[in-house]
Amino acid sequence: MSRRRASLGVHLALVVLGIVTIAPLLWMVSASLMPAGAANSLPPPLLPRRPTLEHYVELLTRLSLLRCFFNSLMIASLTTVVSMFLNALAGYAFAKLRFPGRDRVFAWLLVGLAVPSQIGMLPLFLVVKGLGLVNTPWGVIITGLASIFGIFLIRQYALSIPDELLDAARVDGASEFHIFRTIVLPLMRPILVTLGAFIFLGTWNDFLWPLIVLSDEKRFTLPVALASLVGEHVQDTELMMAGAVVTVLPVLILFFAVQRHYIRGIMMGSVKG
Amino acid sequence: MKSPHRTGEAQAGWLFVSPALTLIGVFFFVPIVVGLTLSLTDFDIYAIGDPSTARFVRLANYAHMASDREFWGALRNTLYYVLVGGPLSVLASLGTALLVNARLARFKGLFRVVFFAPVVTTLVAVAIVWRYLYHPRYGLIDAGLARLGLPVVDWLGDPAWALPAIILFAVWKNFGYNMLIFVAGLQNIPDELYEAARMDGAGAWARFRHVTLPTLGPTFLFVGVITMIGQFQLFAEPYVMTQGGPLRSTVSLIMLMYEQGFRWWRMGYAAAIAFVLLILVLAGTAVQLALRRGERA
Repeated sequence: MSRRRASLGVHLALVVLGIVTIAPLLWMVSASLMPAGAANSLPPPLLPRRPTLEHYVELLTRLSLLRCFFNSLMIASLTTVVSMFLNALAGYAFAKLRFPGRDRVFAWLLVGLAVPSQIGMLPLFLVVKGLGLVNTPWGVIITGLASIFGIFLIRQYALSIPDELLDAARVDGASEFHIFRTIVLPLMRPILVTLGAFIFLGTWNDFLWPLIVLSDEKRFTLPVALASLVGEHVQDTELMMAGAVVTVLPVLILFFAVQRHYIRGIMMGSVKG
Repeated sequence: MKSPHRTGEAQAGWLFVSPALTLIGVFFFVPIVVGLTLSLTDFDIYAIGDPSTARFVRLANYAHMASDREFWGALRNTLYYVLVGGPLSVLASLGTALLVNARLARFKGLFRVVFFAPVVTTLVAVAIVWRYLYHPRYGLIDAGLARLGLPVVDWLGDPAWALPAIILFAVWKNFGYNMLIFVAGLQNIPDELYEAARMDGAGAWARFRHVTLPTLGPTFLFVGVITMIGQFQLFAEPYVMTQGGPLRSTVSLIMLMYEQGFRWWRMGYAAAIAFVLLILVLAGTAVQLALRRGERA
């Protein structure tokens, strides 16, 4: 009996917390479908009485959020592909290849994990400006092509690859890169999915750096465009909510698609770390 | 004995790490070191056109900081956010982790995904959502409070409430991440420990106090450090929700750095602010490591 009551209590708490957690996102979708001005009435409505897609149409046509969507997509995809490859290469080498200075270099990288990236942002801007990449997507992409956390995540995973497997391939005369490509990469697929999702989400959601680098509205990523839009359209609750949906929905879909890998990857990165 | 495999392996090792290391060096480590130098100069908008106009001013930027009320306000706000928001967020995460991981709980996977969903959302977008939720007239939060007969609050319009409102929003946004890490830590506690405690007659609270909490020690350290580092980076929330207002009550150190550096192009001064932030983060990490060591001794 008391066990049953405890079970009821646990589930009640979980459901209430779950609703509180998801409610802001549900309201975002609901308000985005309300006709202009409807969200600003009393009492504030929970559901649209007459659902409409007018705000989405306006955002994607007149306000050219579609272009920003593709800017975000291009920047996040390119960063993800290159960064996955470079981090996998480095993370695997730190875990499995024996070379002089390896552990000392890795220790230095780990120190960097404790340093917020914003600290070096002023000189970084001057570097990117020197390269002529200010106000281009490349200025955003180039700073994200390798990450300490990514290398760390891959290394933790690659440590479990048996040495015998690699040595056998070496005896057969395979080059190190060939071994990496044909044996190591397939073995690391689960962690690569995690890392890929992690980088994509991080790049898609990033705000401060694109805000600094991009000055031309046509080149904005979605978060930068949204932050600038809210300045002019702060009264247009429904329009802004449609913009939030356009920004958030792609990453939520990606997350739901890979959540199993993703959640396991995060738990792994923390426990073994 | 050195086999040809070995030398090939060493070469490959350096070859494999060098692209990533070069990028991280050029775009992460070098800027940090250059930033220290920059903070000792009066680098400004003219210097961007012609760097030779920047002069070495030694510690003048830091001296200016000491008498800058904006800086002390931003420091106060940031420390408030870190010291109140951090523990609150960790507690929320631990509580949810205990619930999700409870032996009785079902649909664990589903709840984990739901609680984690805010973490993957775009900060700027959901900050805008919450800005409307906090609206004193049309916001659902005040509508809910009024329905319950509680006093309504002008969350983002009242200097006393704006920062707490941002903290509340940040807890919602972030608790899922630490929850996962706590769940991982909880799953690592061997069942035998609980069995033994139960045999000794320990109740639920005693088991939590004497088995769960001590074994979660390393997890607490990890969560504490990464949460603190994250909290020190407060920027987008006030930028989108309050623009630092009302009455500059939500300006953070990063926001001040951004304004000074990229709006007024006082890059020397902004670099000095960044450096104070770095020292705070490193000191905070050192304190947590020391506390943890003291606990174990």
